[in-house]
Amino acid sequence: MSVLEILQAGPGVTVQDDGRPGYMALGLSRGGAADRQALAEGAALLRQPVGTALELAGYGGRFRVDAPCRIALTGAPMRATLAGAPLAWNASHALPAGAVLEIGGALAGVYGYLTVGGGFDLPEDLGARSAHLNAGLGRLLEAGDRLPLGPDTGRETGLTLDPVDRFGGGVLRVLPSLQTGMFPEETRARFVEERFTRDSRGNRMGIRLKPEGQGYGLTEGQSIVSEVITPGDIQIPGDGAPYVLLYECQTTGGYPRIGTVIPADLPRVAQAAPGAELRFRFVSRDEALEAEAAFRRGLESIPVRPLVRDPADMPDLLSYELIDGVTAGEELS
Amino acid sequence: MTKEPCTDFPRIAPIGLDGVIVQFGPALSEPANRAALAFRAAVERDPPDGVEEISTSLVSTYLRFDPLFLSLEALSADLEARLAHDDWYAAPLPEGRRLLRIPTVYGGDFGPQLDEAASAAGMNAEAAQLELSQARVRVNAIGFAPGQPYLGTLPEAWDIPRQAGLTPRVPEGALVVAIRQFVLFSVSAPTGWRQVGRTAAPLFRPESETPFLLRPGDEVVFDAVPADAWDRLSGDPKGGVTVEPLA
Repeated sequence: MSVLEILQAGPGVTVQDDGRPGYMALGLSRGGAADRQALAEGAALLRQPVGTALELAGYGGRFRVDAPCRIALTGAPMRATLAGAPLAWNASHALPAGAVLEIGGALAGVYGYLTVGGGFDLPEDLGARSAHLNAGLGRLLEAGDRLPLGPDTGRETGLTLDPVDRFGGGVLRVLPSLQTGMFPEETRARFVEERFTRDSRGNRMGIRLKPEGQGYGLTEGQSIVSEVITPGDIQIPGDGAPYVLLYECQTTGGYPRIGTVIPADLPRVAQAAPGAELRFRFVSRDEALEAEAAFRRGLESIPVRPLVRDPADMPDLLSYELIDGVTAGEELS
Repeated sequence: MTKEPCTDFPRIAPIGLDGVIVQFGPALSEPANRAALAFRAAVERDPPDGVEEISTSLVSTYLRFDPLFLSLEALSADLEARLAHDDWYAAPLPEGRRLLRIPTVYGGDFGPQLDEAASAAGMNAEAAQLELSQARVRVNAIGFAPGQPYLGTLPEAWDIPRQAGLTPRVPEGALVVAIRQFVLFSVSAPTGWRQVGRTAAPLFRPESETPFLLRPGDEVVFDAVPADAWDRLSGDPKGGVTVEPLA
C-alpha cells in the first residue's frame, strides 16, 4: 500500500472530510473541513467523490510519496513546488515516487487543501476520518507521520478550475437567529452598516471579529438559557465583539446570537485571514434558500478544464506522458 | 425580523437555514426538560422525511433538516400537529434510561470551591456535601463538549449565581455547581461555575465500544467517597461508576 510521508508539517495540518453528523445530542459537533468548497474542488480536480484531504491551516509542509500518485491543491492559495519546480494551485498534478512536494504559507485566505487520488485509507472514528481537535478525535499531524493512500482508480491529472472567490473577506449573508429580536433596532442597523475586521483570534471552531466602534453586548445577555448552536451562528459574548462559529463549534451555548451566516457563505468566513474586512447583510429566507440551492449545484458540478502549461516551465518535458488515456488494462477492471 | 419575546410555549422557531427548535420554556424547569426529552424520543420514532438529525438542549428539541427537500412551513406544521396531540410537559420520560452512581471526592484539592459554594447556598461545607451527594439528578442535556452533562435540578438553596470571574482552568472530571445544576467537565476548561468535587468518570472515550457514558434523560447520584479513594478511582477505566437500568 502506498504512503504519503510528512517530512515537515505546518502548525495546523489535519485530516479532514465532510464531518461527522449524528452526535449532536451527545455534545459532539459535526466538524469536518473548514472550507467545504475547497474539499469539493479537490475531489472534482481528481474526478473522484468527496472524501478526505489534508487541511493546511496557514502553512503546508513537505511531503513525499513512496509510489506515484495524483494530487490536487485547492483552497487558500499557497506557494507549492515539486522537486523545486513551481506547481499551479487549483490544479491536479502527478506526484512521482520520492519527489518532495513543498507547500509554503498562504498567499491569501487561511485553509489550503491537499487531496490525493483515492483519498487516505484511514480507519473511521465514529463514522468519519476527520480530526476534531476540540473533542480530542484525531490530532495535528507532524513530521514522521505516514498516511496510507486508498486505491486510486483515476489517472487524469493536469486539470484546473476557477475557484469561487472567497479568500479576502466580503459580505456575509445572514438570517435572523433566536435572539436577533433582543437587539435594539439601532444596534441591528449599525451591525449591517459596520465593517468588521477579522481578529487574530480564530480557529476551526470560529473566528472573532473586531468592530470599528462600540461593541454589540446586551445587558440581559448573561441570563438567556443555553441553547443549541449551529455553524454560522454569530454569538455576541460579554466583550461585544461578534464571534462567528464554524463546523467545529461547541454544540450548545448561552451567549445571545444576533444572526446566523448561511451555509453558502461559511467558506468565506473560514477563509477570512486576520485583518480581512467582513460585513453582514440580512437576507430573507427565500433568498437564503436560493443561495443554498446555487451553492449545492456549485459543489456538485465544478467545471474543470485542462491546465495549459507553458513548455518553458517544463524543464523535464520529455518525462511527461504526452499521450493520455493509455493504460495497461488492469486499472480498468 | 421576528418579534421577541413571545410568551407562549411550546413554540417553534427556525435556527439557521437548516434547523428548527421546539422550545418548551424560557428557562430550565423539570417539565420543560421532560417535554424536550419526550418529544425528541417521539419524533425520533417516526421522523418526517428530510430530517437529518435530532437533538435536545435543556428546554428544547432541535431538528436539523434539508431545507431544499422539506420546507420549514411543512416541518413546522408537522411538529405543531404532534405538539397538539399530547401533553408533553406531563409525558413519561423516554425508555432505556439508566441510573449511574458516580463516586466523587468533595472538597479539598478535589473541590477547592466547596466552602465558597456552600456559603453562597447558605450552609456549611459538611451540610453542602451531604446535600449534593444525596441529590438524584437527571442529565438534562449534554453539550458544550463531547459527553459533557448538565444535570439538575438541585434543591432550591443551590440557585446560586455563577462567580463573577472565570476559573482559568478546571481539570477533566471537575464537578461544578451553579443555578441549581451540576456540570461534570469532560475536558479541562475555563468556567464560571464553582468546583465542589472531582470524579474519574470516563465521559468520552472515542476509542471505546461505548464512547459516551451518559445520555440525556439518565439519572445520576454523585456519591461521596474519601480523598484516599482517588488513586483507585483514577486507575479504574470505569472510574468506579456503576450503571443500572431504570424501569
